[in-house]
Order: sequence, then structure tokens, then C-alpha cells
Amino acid sequence: MSDTTKPADEGRVPQRQQPAASRLDRFGGHALEHLKASAPILAVLIVIFAAIIYLNPAFLDPPVFLAFLRRAAPLMILAAGQVFVIVSGGFDLSVGSLITVTVVVAAAITEGDPDALIPVMMLVLLIGVLVGMVNGVVTTMLKVPSIITTLGMLLILRGAVFYWTGGSPTGALADNFRQFGREAFDLPVIGQLPYAAIIVIAVAWIATRLLHRTAFGHQLLATGGGARAAQLTGVNITRVRIIAFVLSALSAVIAGILLAGFAGVSAQVGQGYEFRAISAVVLGGAAIGGGRGSVVATVIGALTLEALFMLLNLLGLPQPLRESVQGVIIIGAVVYAGLRLQRSGG
Amino acid sequence: MSSPPQERTANPARSLLAKFDLTDMQSGVWLVLLAVMAVGWILAGPNFVGGGNLTNIAVRAVPLGIVAMGQTLVILGGSLDLSVAYLISVVAVLSAFVMDGDPANIPLAIAVGLAVGVGVGLVNGLLVTKGRANPLIATLGTGLVMKGLLSSRFAAQTGSAPREFQLLGYGRVWGFMPLSILLLLAVFAIAWWLTRGTRFGSHLYAVGGSKEIARLSGVRDDRVIIGAHVWCSLTAAMTGLFLVARLGAGAPWIGPDGIYDLESIAAVVVGGTALLGGRGGVPGTLAGALLLAVLDNMFNALQVDGFLKSVLRGVIIIAAVASYALRSKRKDVDIA
Amino acid sequence: MKTKHRFRWPALLLAGVLVLSACAEDDPDPAVDDDVEDVDEEEPDPDAEPTDDELSEGRQSEWFDEEEFDAQMAWREMEPEGPEGEPWVQYIDAEFRDTSEWATDAPWDVCFSNAAVDNPWRQVGWTTMQAEVELHDDIANFTHVDAGGSDEAQIADIEELLERGDCDVLIVSPNTTAALTPIVEQAAEELPVIVFDRGVNTDATATFIQPIGGYAFGAEAAEFLIDNVPAGGNIVALRILPGVDVLETRWVAGQILMEEAGLNIIASEFTEGDTATVRSIIDDILDRGEEIDGVWMDAGATSVAAIEAFEARGMEVPPITGEDQNDFLQKWDQENLTAIGPTFPTYQWRTPIIAATMILQGEEVPVQWTLPQEPVTEENLDEHLFDDMPPLFYSQCGCEDLPGFPERWQ
Repeated sequence: MSDTTKPADEGRVPQRQQPAASRLDRFGGHALEHLKASAPILAVLIVIFAAIIYLNPAFLDPPVFLAFLRRAAPLMILAAGQVFVIVSGGFDLSVGSLITVTVVVAAAITEGDPDALIPVMMLVLLIGVLVGMVNGVVTTMLKVPSIITTLGMLLILRGAVFYWTGGSPTGALADNFRQFGREAFDLPVIGQLPYAAIIVIAVAWIATRLLHRTAFGHQLLATGGGARAAQLTGVNITRVRIIAFVLSALSAVIAGILLAGFAGVSAQVGQGYEFRAISAVVLGGAAIGGGRGSVVATVIGALTLEALFMLLNLLGLPQPLRESVQGVIIIGAVVYAGLRLQRSGG
Repeated sequence: MSSPPQERTANPARSLLAKFDLTDMQSGVWLVLLAVMAVGWILAGPNFVGGGNLTNIAVRAVPLGIVAMGQTLVILGGSLDLSVAYLISVVAVLSAFVMDGDPANIPLAIAVGLAVGVGVGLVNGLLVTKGRANPLIATLGTGLVMKGLLSSRFAAQTGSAPREFQLLGYGRVWGFMPLSILLLLAVFAIAWWLTRGTRFGSHLYAVGGSKEIARLSGVRDDRVIIGAHVWCSLTAAMTGLFLVARLGAGAPWIGPDGIYDLESIAAVVVGGTALLGGRGGVPGTLAGALLLAVLDNMFNALQVDGFLKSVLRGVIIIAAVASYALRSKRKDVDIA
Repeated sequence: MKTKHRFRWPALLLAGVLVLSACAEDDPDPAVDDDVEDVDEEEPDPDAEPTDDELSEGRQSEWFDEEEFDAQMAWREMEPEGPEGEPWVQYIDAEFRDTSEWATDAPWDVCFSNAAVDNPWRQVGWTTMQAEVELHDDIANFTHVDAGGSDEAQIADIEELLERGDCDVLIVSPNTTAALTPIVEQAAEELPVIVFDRGVNTDATATFIQPIGGYAFGAEAAEFLIDNVPAGGNIVALRILPGVDVLETRWVAGQILMEEAGLNIIASEFTEGDTATVRSIIDDILDRGEEIDGVWMDAGATSVAAIEAFEARGMEVPPITGEDQNDFLQKWDQENLTAIGPTFPTYQWRTPIIAATMILQGEEVPVQWTLPQEPVTEENLDEHLFDDMPPLFYSQCGCEDLPGFPERWQ
């Protein structure tokens, strides 16, 4: 569906099919490139932060800010994974359910046993890889549109995990499993540095390198820009797209682990996260339909979304209206992107 | 998204061919429907195909079927509508509020409901065409806007449907035929006429097949897409009105609880319409909606666990779409 | 192309169909006719309430039903009748109904239309109900259909059960009150219907089973906070979602008592039962620099997340309310919290099965079967702790003597 909305005449082709130019860039100007891609959303973020600080000066205290970062971490990670699927030309709607699966499976298997930490981490990551593989294989090899594949996966995961546990979460999470989303290092000056903040930075760094500095990343962007053309230049489009789904699923598992730490076991834990992640990617300026996108801008987009929620909270806006505002913002972002492209494409 | 580029830029002859080819996926899904009924007969006993149960299945399919008739047109045109679930809630709440138990208010309530539908459809259509917004994001956005406005104003069931209006949900004509089934058939007939009997319909297929080629041949693609969105939102409004008749009041959770956004898309694609647009049609969607209802009914008769139902549903949706995609891939090869 | 013109036609046609259908004469279902007006009368009209500023917000709520509120407050003080130690067959202030018209020989087919099994409370209840069924050899078939939390699906489910015609008795746990009323009335014409958990707006049911109710739950929590929070203290109220009567009534009672006692409710937010949302709400309020002196919850499933929000900041946990949920009770015990656990006991899932067998034997049953509803308090906390049960287990399941305990609930 997304493909049909980006006809070839939108003038995006020249922008995205420049692997040679990007390779030259690799030796310099990367930071500049990221800054350029992130400039609009960064501006929005700064405005929102300024408003938050105006309303609540305590936001500048390192502990308060870092606590905010801990809360925003799951969405930032999830968006960093989703952007891979979106630049490849697809969507991943199954991530919310996968978060739920991660939390519920971890609780049900370990039943609070701290010795099970390593095996259960391996298990949930393995489930992530498997789910991503299935999403990718069904989408690429069976030619099912990714919306339908991942919608089906959403139903399957949610049904399967609660069929297994009988309708709601069972078991418990050990404290050492929860430490990642919950605990913090004690540091001088800034106080507590949440593990989650470090994990976010690590994930964002790895994802940025993967998408913008590896052959895989270039191939993925080329595939999203035009699968046929990419194929003709020798890209294994099936493989890169499957990997994109695996990365997205892995990000959901990591987000799930953080959420489990942040808030504990809950059946609702992943609800709505798929659309929030897509919203963050849209705010980060990635082209829906594929071909263009930046991990840094996406992660900032996620942070902006969370900051926006915080601002609306400080303004005392009732919770339901926050969703209306989110709706208006993503419409605005996607219209802005669409019209800008139209202009630049002549 | 997954299909190779040649499908998008299929030659116009192909989409014209598809238009008259009633033997492809669309009849396939009716055959699958029959096969599932046969399985139900074997597993759940002869009552499963008795008149009473068949009526129940059809009634179960009504709310989803109506909105899927709209979703089909949007998808045929290469767009998508995720806002239908919240639109259903908005219309249900507003029309029940307007009715307020008084039969004299029924026409006004219907008019308000349909007008809201037209308005939302126009907004969606304009965002997707003039705003150049990706339809998934745009309609997700309008859905969120409606969700927020709705739940900030209405927390509970609102208004009430007078007895006369509840007949739409529970009444029968000729002693056996539920009115609700007639409503679904009427919406189906209009959707069929729109797609197969009007110039708008052939333009819709052309735009969905390839916007570029349609535009080159003089079709005003924006208008066609806006039209499809208006029709889709109208069907969502009708589902909202129907649910008011059925539930006796307007509830803000009725749309999202029924997952009408994703389920209507599922009914359309299970019915053989290509998600990328241009191929398929409303008869397949009718079968798709009935198929989902038959499965629900059969799972109940067989005492299948509610969560297992969800798993099976997911598998069936993916399998159905995969089978179409693989078939059409073969056809592509044949044509090439 | 005249798109607009082309759309006028179908719109007119459809409006026609809708209007026509509204005027259709055939109506095989007189039950629908009778109830609609009743629904109106029984649903509290928001405009009818006085808008006097002196009244607490709770008393102006559309969910405030003074008669029912007073009744529940009275029931809390009454001694339940029935066998000692088996609260699921006890009753308070009951009038009985003759059921001899429904008496029939065993074995019986019992049907159950369930709203959903989508939260831990319902899961414990549903497990308990299945275990109860095993105690009754006279029940030959127990048919369960799950509507997955959708009104429309539950209506269709009940229609199908009636159509299939092999139920001797129908048990309904309605998804929402008003929506299920017409179909329950229709069913009640054909067979005895037992409604429990949430109610319906009709007296056509053979019996309606419910613990004392939401007002009592909310009042229990509110009274505890009034006793334990300094006068004028700041209260945060966390609620699952709006529009569900068993939850709305809890909040109405909580609001009335706390406001009238002079507590300061600084926030009341919906959490959708999500622990992450609860955590964020508490964080938001503390970030704004406000003080929280007490936390009022309309259900216990997320109490632990609220407690952890305070712990994460190294703050003392203020007086907090919860439910009889195991993780909350254990936390309470370990951390010596100032807490209370009002209950909406899951043992009520045993009662409909017992009532079904009574009705099919023609024994009289209470028209409104009000079960006792005792809170977990500091004094009886020990009795409600189950160390080897999962965190989301509800201790008042009355299931210790049922087949398969405890494995079945783990």
C-alpha cells in the first residue's frame, strides 16, 4: 500500500540511490549528516524541552532528567528497530505483542528464580530472532504485505502467550531480570545513571552504524528506495529485508526487558507500542514506504514524543486529549514530509 | 511493499483484465467458505448448517461486513483506513446521544451519523491526496484524534436507542430474515454497483493499479481516492448506527473493542483484494467477512479457547494472503 | 468527474434503508419492547442530579445511585446468612424466588457466556468456576463461550447458544451492562438465566449474583485513607478505565467519602491496568513537585507498580490501597506498609454453578444474591498470604478445597 503512494515522480530517487556518495562521506561529515537529518525534529525537541523547563525547572536536575530518559528508553529502542523495517519499505505491527510476550514468557518461565537470568535472556532474544525471521520470510518469500504479516503475527503472539498462561500473566520476574529497566549506577555529580540510559545509547550507536555505515545498511536503504533497482545492482533484497525484521523484533525484546524492569509484569505492557514506534519514526522524518531514514533522527523522534507527553502532563491536559495531540502531530509530520518532498521533487 | 515493482507498474490491460475476471481469487474465497462450512458440519454436527445457525453466522458478520465494504474500496484505490474503529465509536455515541430514546429523533440521528462519516472521510481523503500523507499514518492520526476527543467527553455508554431503532438490530422481516442481513446486503449491493457499475469504479481500479498510468489517461486520481475515503467512512458510520441498534446505546469502546480497523482490513485481504490496490472486489470481501464469522461460530461450537482463536485467526489471515500472493506471482510469470 | 454527484445516490439509498428498517413492523422479540423504557428509568440521568456546589463531586456523578449506595453501606454492617466459612453460598438481606418451573431431571447441560478471560482476576475466577463444575456429577456438559471483551460478540454468542438449544440453564457474565440487557431478557424467556459479576438492567433473571458491590469496595479504601492520612492530605486516585459500572461505583464512593472528609484529591487518572502507565503517572506527579500522602486504587493489579515508584526514589510509601492480589499482599507484608485490600472476591465464580444446580432441582434461590465482601486488613493479612502462589493470584478465591488446588491456579 505504501508503495503506491510514492510514485516514481516524487523526485526521491536521486537522493536515495547514492551509495557511492555515502561511501565518500564515510570518511567525514557523518556527524553533520546526522545533524542535517535530525534538524527539524531536534528543533521541535528543543522547543518542547524549553517549555518543560519553563514549567518545571527541576527537569534540569540530572536525576529528574535521567529518570525521564529511563522512562523514554523503551520507545527509543523500539523506534530504532522499527526504522530498519520502515526504510526497507515495510511496517512492523507485531512489536507491541512481542513486548508482551517477552515480559510474560520471562515471568512464566523463571517464576522469579534469579539463577535463570542468562538462560531466560537467551530465550527471549531467541524468540525475538524467530519472530523476526518469520515476519521477514513470510513478507519476502511468501509475498504477503508486511502490514498483514505483522498483523497476523500480532494476533498469533498475543493469543499464543495467553493461551499458554491461561489468560493473564503467571509467575514472577526476578530482581536481577528487572535491574536493566529499574536500577541505576551511583555516580558523583549527576547522581544516578540508569542502566536503561546506557542501553539506549548503546543500541542507538549500534543501530546508527548498522544503517549508515555498513554495506547492509546501504543495501537496505537501496532496497527500500527501489527493490528492483537494488536487485539489479546485486543486492540480495530478501536477505536484507529479513534482517530488518529480525532487528526490529530484537529491539522489541530489549524494550520488553526494560519495560519489565520499569514496571513489572502486566498483560497490557506492550499495548499501543507498535503505533507509538511508527509515530516516532515518522517524527524522525523517515520516508514511509522506504528508502530514506535516520536512526539518530528516529531516536530523537521517540524522545520528542515522550517529552511531548510529559509536557502535556505538566500542562494538566487530560490523558485522552494527549492522544488527540499525538494524532495531530503525526499527521502534521507526515504531511510536512509529503509536501516538502513534492516541492523538492518539482 | 513486498511485491516486486512489476506488479505496481502493471500494464493497464492487466488491471482491465482483472476487472472482468470473476473467476480468480474472489470465487476462490467463496469455495474456501463452503469448505469451512463443510468442516464445521463434520466437526460440529448437522445443526451447524441448519437455517438457524446460518442466520446467526450472517448476523455476526453484519457489523464487520458493512465497514469492510467501505474498506474494500479504499484498498482497491491503493489507500487504507485505520480510523474506522474510532469513527464507529464516534458515530455510535453521537447518534445514540441525539436519539435519546425518542423515535422522533431517529432521522436526525441517522443524518448526524452519516454527516460525521462524510466529514471524516473528506478529511482522510484530503490528507492522503492533497496532503500527500501516507494513508496508514494519516488515518492512524485521525483515529487518535477521534479517540482522544471521544474519551475526553464521553466516559460511559451514552444516550439510548428507541425501540423502533433497535428493530434494525433485532427485527426480522417475513418472520425469519433478520433486517440486519438485509442492511448488509443493501450496502454490498451499493458497493458492488459503485465498483462495477460506475465510471468512478473503473477509475478506482485504474488508480489502484497504477496511479501514474491512470493519471496519464486523464483520471483525476485525487477525486477518486477522496471518493473512496468518503464511502469508507460512510460505511463505518453505518456500522456505528447498526451497533447502536444492536446494543441499545452508544458506547465509546465499541469500535476499538471490535478491532474493526484491523479486522476490516483482514476481511478485505482474506477476500482476495490486493493490499496494494487495483485488484479484487466487494464480493470477495463479503465472503471474507462471512468466513471470519463462520470461524468464530465454529470455534465456539467446538469450544476452542478464546486465545487459541486469536492464534488461528492470525494464521488464517497470513495463509490466505500468502496463497493469493503466490498464485498471482505464478500468473505474473505466465503473463511474462 | 462528478464524484460528489455519484455519492449522493448511495447515501440517499442508505438513509432510506435505515429509515425503512426503523419502521419495520415485524417484531418477533417483544422482550426488546418492554425493556427499553426500563433501561432509561434505571440509568441515572446526569441532568437529574442537583448541581449544588455543596455536594461532593461524587454525589453529582451519573454513577451515583443513592438508594443503592445506602443499601451497600447497610449491607457492609449486616451479618451474612448461610453456612459458616463458605462465603460463596452465603447471602445478605435476600428475598427468595421459587424455581420449581425450571426443575428438570439430571444430567444437565449448563452453558456459560463469558465476557472475557483477559485479566488475572477473571483468570482466577474462571479457573475456580471450572473446578467447581467438577464437583457436580449431575452436570453432563458445561459449554463455555468467550466473547473476548466485545459486547457485539457476546450478543452473538448468546444468540448462538439459544439457537443450538441444548442449554438447561444459561450463566452470563456480561461484558457491559446496558448492551447485554436485551439479549439477556430474550434468553430469560426460554430458560433460567443466572447473571453474575456485572449486572444487567432487568429483573427477568433467575438470580443475580454479586458481592456487596462497588460502592462498598471504594468506601472501604476511602475510609482507610481517611483514618491514616493527615487531614487535608493529598490523595492520588488511580483507576483502570471509565464506563464500567463495577469500577465507576468504586470511584464514586471513594470520591464522596474522601471529599466529605476533607482529603484533597490532587489527581485521578486512568491506567488501563498497565503497570508502566501507573509508574509514569506517579513519577509525573512527583516530578511536578507535588506531595502524595495517600494512594487510592480502584483495583489492586497495579498497586505494586505504584509502590515501586516511591521506592525507586527512596521515598517512604504513603498509605495505599489495593486488593487481595498476592503480589500486593506480599509486598505489604515484607515492607510493613500501611495498606488495605478491599476485595471483590473471586469466589463469586463458584456461586453461579451452585445456583444452577439449585435452580434445576427447583430449590429456591435469592432473587438478588448478595455475597459477603470482606477486606484484607492488617489483622487478617497473614491468613491471605500464599507464599507459593503466583503474584497475580487472588487470595479470596475460596478455592482451597476445590479439586486441583493449588497446581491448577499456579
